[in-house]
Parts: sequence; structure tokens; C-alpha cells
Amino acid sequence: MSKPFTPKVVTANALLEGDVIYLTEDDQWSRNLKDAEVIEDEAHGDLRLLLAQSQPEQIVGAYLADVKLGEDGPEPTHFREDFRTKGPSNYNHGKQADAASVRTV
Amino acid sequence: MYQYNDFDHDFLAERNAQFRAQVERRINGSLTEDEFKPLRLMNGLYLQLHAYMLRVAIPYGTLNSAQMDQLAMIADKWDKGYGHFTTRQNIQYNWPKLRDVPDMLDALGEVGMHAIQTSGNTIRNVTADHFAGAAADEIEDPRPTAELLRQWSTDHPEFQFLPRKFKIAVTGSPNDRAVTKAHDIGLRMVRNEAGEPGYEVIVGGGLGRTPMIGKVLREFLPKADLLPYAEAIVSVYNLLGRRDNKYKARIKITVHENGIDTIRDLVEERFAQLRPEFSGVDQDMLEGIEAQFAAPEFKMASIAPFNAAYHEDPVFRSWVDTNVTKHRADGYAIVSISIKKQGQTPGDATSDQMRVMAQIARDFAHDELRISHEQNVILPHVHKADLPAIHARLRKAGLATANIGLISDIIACPGMDYCALATARSIPVAQQIATRFDELKLEHDIGDLKIKISGCINACGHHHVGHIGILGLDRAGVENYQITLGGDHTETAAVGERAGPGFAYDEIVPAIERLVAAYLDLRESPEERFIDAYRRLGMAPFKAALYPEVKANAA
Repeated sequence: MSKPFTPKVVTANALLEGDVIYLTEDDQWSRNLKDAEVIEDEAHGDLRLLLAQSQPEQIVGAYLADVKLGEDGPEPTHFREDFRTKGPSNYNHGKQADAASVRTV
Repeated sequence: MYQYNDFDHDFLAERNAQFRAQVERRINGSLTEDEFKPLRLMNGLYLQLHAYMLRVAIPYGTLNSAQMDQLAMIADKWDKGYGHFTTRQNIQYNWPKLRDVPDMLDALGEVGMHAIQTSGNTIRNVTADHFAGAAADEIEDPRPTAELLRQWSTDHPEFQFLPRKFKIAVTGSPNDRAVTKAHDIGLRMVRNEAGEPGYEVIVGGGLGRTPMIGKVLREFLPKADLLPYAEAIVSVYNLLGRRDNKYKARIKITVHENGIDTIRDLVEERFAQLRPEFSGVDQDMLEGIEAQFAAPEFKMASIAPFNAAYHEDPVFRSWVDTNVTKHRADGYAIVSISIKKQGQTPGDATSDQMRVMAQIARDFAHDELRISHEQNVILPHVHKADLPAIHARLRKAGLATANIGLISDIIACPGMDYCALATARSIPVAQQIATRFDELKLEHDIGDLKIKISGCINACGHHHVGHIGILGLDRAGVENYQITLGGDHTETAAVGERAGPGFAYDEIVPAIERLVAAYLDLRESPEERFIDAYRRLGMAPFKAALYPEVKANAA
């Protein structure tokens, strides 16, 4: 029996800046995980990933990352994905330094 | 030091122009990422966790002040005002934007630097003893050899697609400060019975998931045979190395699977073919390179100012005792500048700090700087009379930490704070260990101790050869840290032994504290270093300190 599908988001890095980005429901890319479309169905996930992979002029390395549903939208389940939403822990650089980073690519 | 000639400048300019066009084609959609990736990697550009990362080679760790100033300028103009010096004598910029990278490479080219072959399955930046040309124990300066190897290996058409990456290190001293036994090829300068200098050739060392100490392939190789012999080794590996399995592709596995004797036979056979093809041009070039590495004109001056400061100023004295090493020239010293102030990120320097170090090099140190594989900066040629003034300037810049070789002089890879391959963080663990022992004021009492931390099995943080090695792993979605003990990175190289089960992120610093407390109890005298005590006593008492509950349960 296959494992039950757990909620996911499509994530990648922006081509020009390398920044972590997430696919939104309206086919945009956001720098904020909270804006990401939460995918609850495996077949739909495959389609969304294909859409992402068809945009090599905008993004690099798209994949599906596990999330759980929090009060304020999707949250990472693994520490690696958690770091990707913030930036490094030794300096206030990356997303944590730019909390209002809700914009499209 | 080596100055680029017209050929070098033209080659670099052409290569940078090619890469600029490749970046443009990637951005306008003509190249896919699959097509672009090998091209960017050949030019040192990675895509990491949060951003791109540009890895710039500092060949054999040698820089002049103009180059250091340029590294600072690049950090300010295209990055976030700092750079990270690595265990392979590179500098990494953590936040470049794709469009800016061609400009960064052009700026590097202006001062004779590049990022070529800092990634990919090619011969990487050739590293060397950071005390080269200055060390009191040196047979010959290894840097002309390293520069010859750099020129030979850069864009070498046969070796652009090796089974896996290939790293060469050179030392000119019997005291190995270049970790030659953990490289694909390690070269140690030795003398033969006639007193002529040559190389002991070591092959098949490496860390990573299968750590191996290198084996001696040739006990004495005449200097003139270096390039044909190196070419023979790499070409044998190129054919024999496994391309079917990434984890078995390094030459250490090739040597392990085929045996050193078989490899030696194949290399000697190939060498016999290649040797006649080297007409001696390489030796003419080496002679030219050697002339450029002539020692500076050492000045004669009284060391009275040094002696006075040493007796009067305890802070200066402590710094000298810890960070200053004997030089081969009378009245001179080698200064190691720690860029590991307790609590700071090991290996990071701000652009302001880079400029301060460059200015000191200009004013006092014959315009030379080095980057060590231990992630510090070296002033190789300093007259002792100038040490008080240098120390005063370093203090102002937060660069006078007296901790070289001590517990807070930790090697740490970028780990999961930056690296896409990492399985756990390294930097905060290093920061916390350094801060903790600084609070305890125990650092100088503990003495010589090498802690090395890697954030994944690839071992960029050299954890296998740390007296105490720490390896960060992902265990069921949680950071977990394994400890190894008894590693050694010097001429008596050894791979550390795993102590037992790993520790959680919040348990690792207390575990190290217990380990060090046990050492302080167990040592015969303050002169017995941690590694000596470990060799005398073995794992058992240290294991008992690391895992007290197991011992209690067993009792």
C-alpha cells in the first residue's frame, strides 16, 4: 500500500536572484511560503510541478516540499524547509531581513 | 609572487566573455538549466539554499594587498559586505545575483584572479602550506610547484570531465600544514640521498563518506618529472576511475579497489610514454615562476620595540605566544590573524577587515597575505619590530583574537545555513562552542585542540581529521551530531574514530564540555595535548564522559 499523500507546495529558486520561491494558486511565484498553494492531491501536485518546470526562464530546481497547515497558512515540516523560509542563522540576511518580501518574480 | 603575463590576462578575458554570453543566453531562455549548470559550475557559480554562491580560487592561498582590496570591493558592490574563506583556500560570496556574476569575474580578472575550476569534475584549486616561503622548517617554497600545476591543469583539455573532482596539495616542509594525506594527490618536498629536492608523491587520500589516508606512490620524484608524472596519474585515473557510481568515483576508491601496486605500475607505464613529450618547456616556465617567488628583501632592524612590548603588555604577549610562529629569517615572524573571534562565523571576514589586513600587508608585511586551510589569514613576512603596531591595528578591527590552534579556532563548513548539500548546521555549533569555552576562560588552559565541524558526510569541514570531529546529520528530520575522536591532519595523519550515538542540536555543546573536562582531569600535565592523552588512553574514558547515563545504567 502506498503512503497517504501529505500536503505539499511547489518550491524552487528564482533564476536571477537565486531566492527561494513558492508557486501560488494563481500561477504566480511568491517569496513567501504563506502565499503558496497547498496541494492536497498527488495528481494535482504532478501537474503543478510540471507547470513550474515549464518555466526555466524564471526558476531553477522546482520540487514538491512537505508542509503542514498552520493558522496562517502552510508551514514547513522539515528543518531544511524551515531555514529556506528564513535565511541563515548566523546573520540577519535573506528572507528574515526582508519580512515584507511578498512580491512576484 | 606570480604576476599574470599577457597570455594569462587574454585567456581570462576570453573565458569571462564566454561566460558573460552564456549567462545572457540562460537569462533570455536560449539555454536550459541542464545546459547552463555545467557551464556555471566550471566558472565557480553554485546555486545554494538561499542564493547563488561564487567560489573564487586563491591559488595556494597567496594574495597581495591589491587582490585583498579587490575582494573587499566585490563584497561591498555585489554581495553583503563580507566573504567566507574556505578549507581549500578559496573565498566564497554567498549572495551574488546571476546578472552580476560576469562583472564580478571581470573585477577578479583585473587583479589576476578567477573562479575557474573551483567546481566540477576537474582539477581544483591547488593548495599549499600557508607558511610557504616563510616557514623555518622548509626545504623549498612549494608555491612555484603549485603555480606550475595551476597553469598545467587550468583548462587542460584531457581533464575537464574526470570521473569526479580532483584535489592537489603541496607542502615544502616536513611538518605538513597542507593536509597532503587527505588529497587526491599530495606532494611533499623531500631530498634524495644526493641532497637534491624532489617530491614524495602521495595518492588516494580524501575525506568525505569514505575517508582514506593517502598512500605513497613514489618515494622520490625528481622535480623535473612533476608534470609528466602528475599527468600520468590523472590520465590513469581518468580511464580507470568509476563513472558508474558517484560515491565510488574518487581516486581514493580507484586506488583502494585496484591496489596501490597496480596503480603504480599503470602510472609508471603511462609516465614512460609521456615523459619524452615534455621537452623541457615546463622547466623553463618553472624557472620563470620561481624567480617571481623570490623571497622579499628582509630588513635588518632592532627587535627592542618588540621585546619591550612583550614584557609590558600582557594582551600583546598572549597574542604573540598564540598567533605568532617562528620565521626562517632572523628578526622575522609569521603572524596568523584569527578571523574566528569567539562567537563569529569561522572563516568570515568583513570588507572593512579585509581592507585593514591589506593595508597592514602593504605597510609592514612585504605586501603578502595568505589564506590558511584552517580559515585564517596569515602575514607570512613580518619584522618583529612591527608586531606591536600590527597588533594595535588588528585590535581596532576585531582581528586580534589570540586563539590560533585553540579550542575556538574551529574549522566549520557553511553547513545548512548556506549549503544545498548540508544535512545539518555547522556554524552555530562552532559559534556556541567557542563562546562557551571563552566564558569558562579555559581556552588557554586546554591548549592545542583541533575541533573540525562538517554539516554533511562530504566533510568540507575536515571532521575526520579533527582531534575532535563533529558531523551534522539529519536523523528522522532532526539535526543530529556525531563525534569522532583522535583524528590528525598533519604528517601523522589519521582518521578519527566514532565515539558512539549522535547528539541533538542542544546536546552537542554540553557533550563537548564533558569531553574537554574529562581531558583536563585525565592529562598527565598541561603539556600533554588532548590528542596525546587520547592516544595514550584510548577511547574508553572519553566515551564514558560523553555518555554518562550509559555508564550509570550499566553499573
